[in-house]
Amino acid sequence: MNRRTLLASAALGLGLTLAGGAQAAGMDHVKACFVYVGPIGDGGYTYQHDQGRLALEKALGDKVETAYQESVPEGADAERVLTQMALSGCNIIFTTSFGYMDATNNVAAKFPNVMFEHATGYKREHPNVSTYNARFYEGRTVQGTIAGMVTKSNKIGYIGSFPIPEVIMGINAYYLAAKKVNPDVELSVIWAYTWFDPAKEADAAKAMIEQGVDVVAQHTDSTAPLAEAAKTGGKVIGFGQASDMAAYKPTPRVTSTIDNWGPYYIKRVQALLDGTYEQVDSWEGIASGEVEIGEITDALPPDVKAAAEKVRDEIASGALHSFTGPINKQDGSVWLTEGQTAPDGDLLSMNFYVEGIKGDIPQ
Amino acid sequence: MDFGAINPTILIASLMVAAVPIMLAALGELVVEKSGVLNLGVEGMMIIGAIAGFVTAVHTGSPVAGFAGGAVAGALLSLVFAFLTQFLLTNQVATGLALTLFGLGLSSLAGQGYNGIKPPATHAVPFGPLADIPFFGRVVFGHDWMVYASIALVALVWWVLRATRLGLVIRAVGENHEAAHSLGYKVNRIRLGCTVFGGAMAGLGGAYVSLVRVPQWTDGITAGAGWIALAIVVFASWKPWRVLIGAYLFGGITVLQLNLQAAGSRIPVEYLSMSPYLITILVLVIMSSGRGRAGLNAPAALGQNFHASR
Amino acid sequence: MLKLEKRPTPSTFWQYGTPVVAVLLTMVAGGLLFAALGKDPFAVIRTIFWDPVFGEFAFYLRGQLLVKAGPLILIAIGLALGFRAGIWNIGAEGQYIIGAVIGASVGLAAYPTESRWIFPAMILGGAFGGWLWAMIPAILKTRFNTNEILVSLMLVYVAETILAKAATGFLRNPDGAGFPGSRSFSSYKAASNPEIFAGSGLHWGGVAALVTAVLAYILLERHRLGFQIKLAGQAPRAARFHGVNPARLVVFCMGLSGALAGLAGIFEVSGPAGQISIDFNQGYGFTAIIVAFLGRLNPIGIVFAGLLMALTYVGGEMAATNLGLPSAAVQVFQGMLLFFLLGVDVLTNYRIRFFWGMK
Repeated sequence: MNRRTLLASAALGLGLTLAGGAQAAGMDHVKACFVYVGPIGDGGYTYQHDQGRLALEKALGDKVETAYQESVPEGADAERVLTQMALSGCNIIFTTSFGYMDATNNVAAKFPNVMFEHATGYKREHPNVSTYNARFYEGRTVQGTIAGMVTKSNKIGYIGSFPIPEVIMGINAYYLAAKKVNPDVELSVIWAYTWFDPAKEADAAKAMIEQGVDVVAQHTDSTAPLAEAAKTGGKVIGFGQASDMAAYKPTPRVTSTIDNWGPYYIKRVQALLDGTYEQVDSWEGIASGEVEIGEITDALPPDVKAAAEKVRDEIASGALHSFTGPINKQDGSVWLTEGQTAPDGDLLSMNFYVEGIKGDIPQ
Repeated sequence: MDFGAINPTILIASLMVAAVPIMLAALGELVVEKSGVLNLGVEGMMIIGAIAGFVTAVHTGSPVAGFAGGAVAGALLSLVFAFLTQFLLTNQVATGLALTLFGLGLSSLAGQGYNGIKPPATHAVPFGPLADIPFFGRVVFGHDWMVYASIALVALVWWVLRATRLGLVIRAVGENHEAAHSLGYKVNRIRLGCTVFGGAMAGLGGAYVSLVRVPQWTDGITAGAGWIALAIVVFASWKPWRVLIGAYLFGGITVLQLNLQAAGSRIPVEYLSMSPYLITILVLVIMSSGRGRAGLNAPAALGQNFHASR
Repeated sequence: MLKLEKRPTPSTFWQYGTPVVAVLLTMVAGGLLFAALGKDPFAVIRTIFWDPVFGEFAFYLRGQLLVKAGPLILIAIGLALGFRAGIWNIGAEGQYIIGAVIGASVGLAAYPTESRWIFPAMILGGAFGGWLWAMIPAILKTRFNTNEILVSLMLVYVAETILAKAATGFLRNPDGAGFPGSRSFSSYKAASNPEIFAGSGLHWGGVAALVTAVLAYILLERHRLGFQIKLAGQAPRAARFHGVNPARLVVFCMGLSGALAGLAGIFEVSGPAGQISIDFNQGYGFTAIIVAFLGRLNPIGIVFAGLLMALTYVGGEMAATNLGLPSAAVQVFQGMLLFFLLGVDVLTNYRIRFFWGMK
């Protein structure tokens, strides 16, 4: 008996006893499991996923049981943790990092009765694999609007982690929104080349501030850049990233983009309970609440606050898309023509700056 | 290179702050290694100092108490190492690495519930009009008290090691423990004392990270600073003032590479990002191949355990 | 009062007895920790030590122990040889990364050719990459007397940047829609390193680890070079009189440990990991240092130490998922286990005497 059939039959046995047969019939009780890439105490990305898990528990009460595993490295370890979870009776497993993509699909092949939900990836090789993501760039559009209106030096900054589409998308959305309200704005980008190094983030923010940047956006999760901005005594503002970072209200944190996974987790588990579960490729934003814009504080001038709220509400209603043409690429070639909005595929694989941003993306 | 847009005053001022944690930890480790003990657990002691300092400062509202708490916690953790290596004669390399693992885990357990809190602020020392002097105002008179304390500690360690009886004893123990023992010195107790001092300094450095450098608590906040501190000790060839130079050099290049990025330099980012490490190696090569023969300066008994058979 | 008294010869009984005592002590201390965290200590300890080997899902997890232990053993053996000679390679993590990157580059350069020579060429590439990265501190040490601890450690960070560049740049999957990460090796047959027997968890890396352990044991016990390594570590001056060339020994030991770390890297990337990604490395190079010392720098001991380490990882994961134990608690538990293993080892070489009053 080879490993595949061995595991599949083990899963089948468990599936029958624990899951009560095919999911189409609905279930009385769901065990939902989560795999995290960082510790839940990271105060950012993983912390927010875990808040989503807690929201799920709260919303569905004793119909749901949850389990999670923190700090799971990508690759072989992820595959083992997923297999263990599937074997031990999880009905639905949320894998919350891009790097779990292959592991998720590999394990899903062996456990057809367990549902897999992979965050931020694109591979759905089996009917039991769904993918979900959030349109964080919509939050960047709100931030960029504020940045463009507030900046006095016309220099705004962005701290990036690694040059991957998710980050580049955010940089472009931020810049486009700022340029729309302030054509003179200049963007400076620092690549930290790390997911996590608070001290380096602080230094990066400081370096930008020294260059005259007075609005600092960040794609890294620590509050270090906000703490640097706070030291300038109100001259520099920033934004909460991933979590609300409310400790820095009302300034320098003038608003925030909150990863709010709770609604999606509740929706999916509820569907499993009801028997309406289907494979999806979900990419929701401000409208459905997955991207939550934290309180826009009164530290901003009233017109700026009003403009930011308008952008937020228009994105929510669908009246505004962050990437609406005409937009040229950095090299001057046409990307989107007048009125055209960006196809999702272009965004998800974005590896170019839009026209007007200086510097190169490290390749 | 494009230095045009970078203000050297601000650069120097920020590298002085950036270097404090690694400088404190490296200075402590220098004393530990001078006494012949190699404690690779600096990262673990730093992060324990970071969480303990943070928790103490948040509950007392006093950053000073926070620094004290960080130092005490670092010292307590180093006691585990000292007990194992000095009395149970365990291998120092392995015990130090285990200490890092233990410290990282313990800090994360202790830090549950402290996410998203802002600690009480540590302000710049008020020098009044002095702070307005061009260049010197920012570089010399514009810092919080820990920056000055760290430099004072370098001087203190230098003086103690060089000019006092205590320093002589520490060096003797680190160079030749058999001889020191036959002269009547309690080798293991002296090493224990040095190890605890090293732990306290690492804890202090960690507390600086969570209270000033980053002001927050998140898991793994020291992000490898302890390893850099270990490298700085070797780089400094076990000389206190060179620890200061090494920490400023490393901190300086780190800050500079980010400044160059912000100023829109044409140097590819990945080269900038590996430059602190490459330049540290390069400087060490130059130093150790020169007349100083820096590499030969290691304490002779470094990493060797001592058991008094008589 | 307590006093240690050196034994004339190491105790054979305690040589085998100390690991057992240490594990038992860890269970007690760890049990207290778990109880303090509000978990059932017996359930947690059974989950960590018993379930992966004999529990319900052991058929799967036993193989996983090999997956986890393989690279640790392979790297630790190389390091142990150097440590015995007093050569401190702390940067195996970097050599592991560069081995993986160069080995993977070799394989991906041949894509999509299917040839039986591709995988062996990748393995050579991996060993070469690790060797090359270790040669930097080795040459700097022999030529300029530069400290190898500092250089090898600093090169880890350089290697991590190169890895990030590989995953987002020169090795990025051209068909991957701009996402970071190389092509997947599991779908490129000629370059993949699958399980040798399905379900066993054993891939070529595991085989290499076991073979290396045996070879290293023979080298140390039967070969002149092994004698030189041991002598250089214990009595450097005497070694020189015996015609040991310190520079050549440095180059040999660093090169070998680098090549083995590089091998571990290429086996991992072509097998269990499956691709080059930004976070491909996960600290095997550092954990292997602990494994080397736990195995008392003895190749056979290292095999057992690697398996024990793997057990705490796999079992710790089980405890975290099934019992809700924070993964930090598992880390603390591992730290305690190491403390106890190292601490009780004193019994092998020393007797503990009790006596009253002052001496």
